[in-house]
Amino acid sequence: MTERAKPEKIRCDACPVMCYIADGKIGACDRYANHGGDLVRLDALTIIEGTDQKLVPFLSDTPADEWDGNIVKGDRPFVTAVGAGTTYPDYKPAPFIVSQDVEGVDMVTVVTEGIFSYCGVKVKIDTDRHIGHERDVVRVDGEPIGHVMTSEYGSKMLSLGGVEHLTGGTKKEGRVTCDALLKLCNREPVEMIIGEDDHATTIVVEAGKAPVINGLPEKLMRVGCGSATIGMFAKQWLSHADDVVVVDDHITGVLSEHQAGKELDVPPTGIKILGRRSTPGRYFQVAEPGTGWGGTDIEDPLAILGPFNPKVAWAGLRLLMVSTTGEQSGYYELDADLVPQPAPMPDALRASCDLIAENCEPSICSVLFMGGAGGSLRAGVTENPVRLTRSVKDALTHVSCGGAEAYVWPGGGITVMVDVMDMPTGSFGYVPTPALVAPIEFSLRVSDYATLGGHMSEVKPVSSVTGVTRKVKPEAHGHDPMAHTNYRWAKGDKS
Amino acid sequence: MGPQAHLLPGGTRLHLQHGPIDLIIGAEGDRKIAFAAAQARFATVLEELVRELPALRQPLSTDSPPPNGSIACQMHLAAYPYAAESFVTPMAAVAGAVADHVLHAICAATPLTRAYVNNGGDIALHLTKGQHFTSAMSGHDGSDLGRITITQDTPIRGIATSGRHGRSLSLGIADSVTVLARTAAEADVAATMIANAVDLPDHPAITRAPASSLDDNSDLGDLPVVTHCSALPATDRRLALEQGRKRADDLIQKGRILGAALFLQGDSQSCTAPLASLSLRTAEHA
Repeated sequence: MTERAKPEKIRCDACPVMCYIADGKIGACDRYANHGGDLVRLDALTIIEGTDQKLVPFLSDTPADEWDGNIVKGDRPFVTAVGAGTTYPDYKPAPFIVSQDVEGVDMVTVVTEGIFSYCGVKVKIDTDRHIGHERDVVRVDGEPIGHVMTSEYGSKMLSLGGVEHLTGGTKKEGRVTCDALLKLCNREPVEMIIGEDDHATTIVVEAGKAPVINGLPEKLMRVGCGSATIGMFAKQWLSHADDVVVVDDHITGVLSEHQAGKELDVPPTGIKILGRRSTPGRYFQVAEPGTGWGGTDIEDPLAILGPFNPKVAWAGLRLLMVSTTGEQSGYYELDADLVPQPAPMPDALRASCDLIAENCEPSICSVLFMGGAGGSLRAGVTENPVRLTRSVKDALTHVSCGGAEAYVWPGGGITVMVDVMDMPTGSFGYVPTPALVAPIEFSLRVSDYATLGGHMSEVKPVSSVTGVTRKVKPEAHGHDPMAHTNYRWAKGDKS
Repeated sequence: MGPQAHLLPGGTRLHLQHGPIDLIIGAEGDRKIAFAAAQARFATVLEELVRELPALRQPLSTDSPPPNGSIACQMHLAAYPYAAESFVTPMAAVAGAVADHVLHAICAATPLTRAYVNNGGDIALHLTKGQHFTSAMSGHDGSDLGRITITQDTPIRGIATSGRHGRSLSLGIADSVTVLARTAAEADVAATMIANAVDLPDHPAITRAPASSLDDNSDLGDLPVVTHCSALPATDRRLALEQGRKRADDLIQKGRILGAALFLQGDSQSCTAPLASLSLRTAEHA
């Protein structure tokens, strides 16, 4: 009656076999284990083959390299050629603690698979389109998984996941959140709905790919808002056009009224923009947001123009209209009634429109995994978890995720942020807790490892981790966790 | 998570996974149809097995009633010949039986010149005239143990490997035993039986523990499984392998298998029915 201890065995619900797993044991699949009462996922090893060094992060069961027909005797790894099962039931010290000599320094990498309940992703979506207001709830399958954060330049930020959604809500909310995070981190597309019924936006986010907003893929990030575009390109338009309108859902710019035009002595043209004037030459709300010109809903740019002022305008006035991405453009000349008539665009203006387009970067979604290494994870590395934290802060220990460079937040704990595009594909797994499983490696000198109370008896040479590993190329940025420049001792401070 | 399917890089092999089952499937012919059929068949495989799992984990006797499911039935039939001789449960054939069933499903869907379903090292084969299948045998440390080439003119359509370093617990000390048989299910059971036979009872280098103490879900109950085997002197290695070899010869005589290769600490033994081709390398690290 008074016993409140965790049950000795836990039931794994990852598949229909529903194994009962005792503490320290693994299920029939070799993929899940009972780690002190928690169901944890074990997975395969990946070796990143650099020019002269290797490190070993974990990998999910994503099949990778070619299977060469080898019967690696009954071991699971053989099946996927990357395979699980490389971790044996006694995984209390971090599954792999490997040592190697790197340019004369004995280095040790503690490779572990972090179970992150405190984790989520920060998503940056390159788009000027309206995808929701700050604090709007982001839903998947009707469940709240996060919210809209700030608008950044040319992009919108989402904060998804986090412990409140993973374990703080309903069971379904946790499961859906975990599933969405897993997919995002493994670079798979996730469809989400931002906002409530009347202003709901459907968006598909996939790391490294263009966002798909309300069914339409975004193409380019604008080089600047309409007003900024006027400023950047004003000189190129002089003598080729009498006025230029850069159509933008945010701020539409008008050359002749804009400060840039004034400074270049562009005379007034009597142009009338149908929108709310902000400052001279800058207009808000020329149209509704949409997928037409410059993120507005207009298809015909003349729709935002009122009649020209007959006291100022003149017949033959040359007008360029262009969107902020340069994808849409039109050239017009005023007829005798001062009505713009389409005309062939002079080459010089065509070139300036192309230049605007060229200056626009492709829109992509960036997914940054963010998680905090808890005490138990750190305990897998050392007997004294806080010493690991200090060692990281002191730049004696370098943290990487799947070999990718990880930003370690200042302050307490080890809270890291990493671009999933830098990590090997399929790096993430999950446990039904629900929580994400992500690779995390701590690299440091053997001597430093001993000092902070490392599991010295578990250290083995990297060459002994073979046979059942997937070898991948280093990530594009070529981040090398073992590079001496990562460490304080290499910078002349030998303490 | 439910059954997962994805094409491996290159697009010529399909990986299916559900719970403890991992299949790698290759097919030459209308691959699209074959893979669709494999996926369709695989969808229910684990559920079918789980439904009868408690019964399938029971020791088989000659009067055990047959199970209901088709995969379970094949497991029962593959294990049945051993029921009178030794401890066996239908689970000894589970990996092979799943491979056989998925292979049958893809071969029934479309004519294929060659196909295989590899279930964690237990492989079901389909070969048409002139075709052959070559597989490498590796030690658990990745060392190369030799090649197996299976041609269409042999009756071999199943390959299985068992031993101490596999996923299942073993009663013997063999590092691995690879068996060739008519079906993957038959090969699977036989590999287990031969691996169990590679043993040195009461040898001080070998430690054992009841299976139930290591794995609550093991079908071996309280039987003593090998937990450790120290380096053995050459004479003991040969003696242990000889025990397994005798068992393998016996099974070839009885027509249950067509060949076997046994490995223990760098030593090996092999025996085949006349038709199979099996090449063994001398272990370089012995």
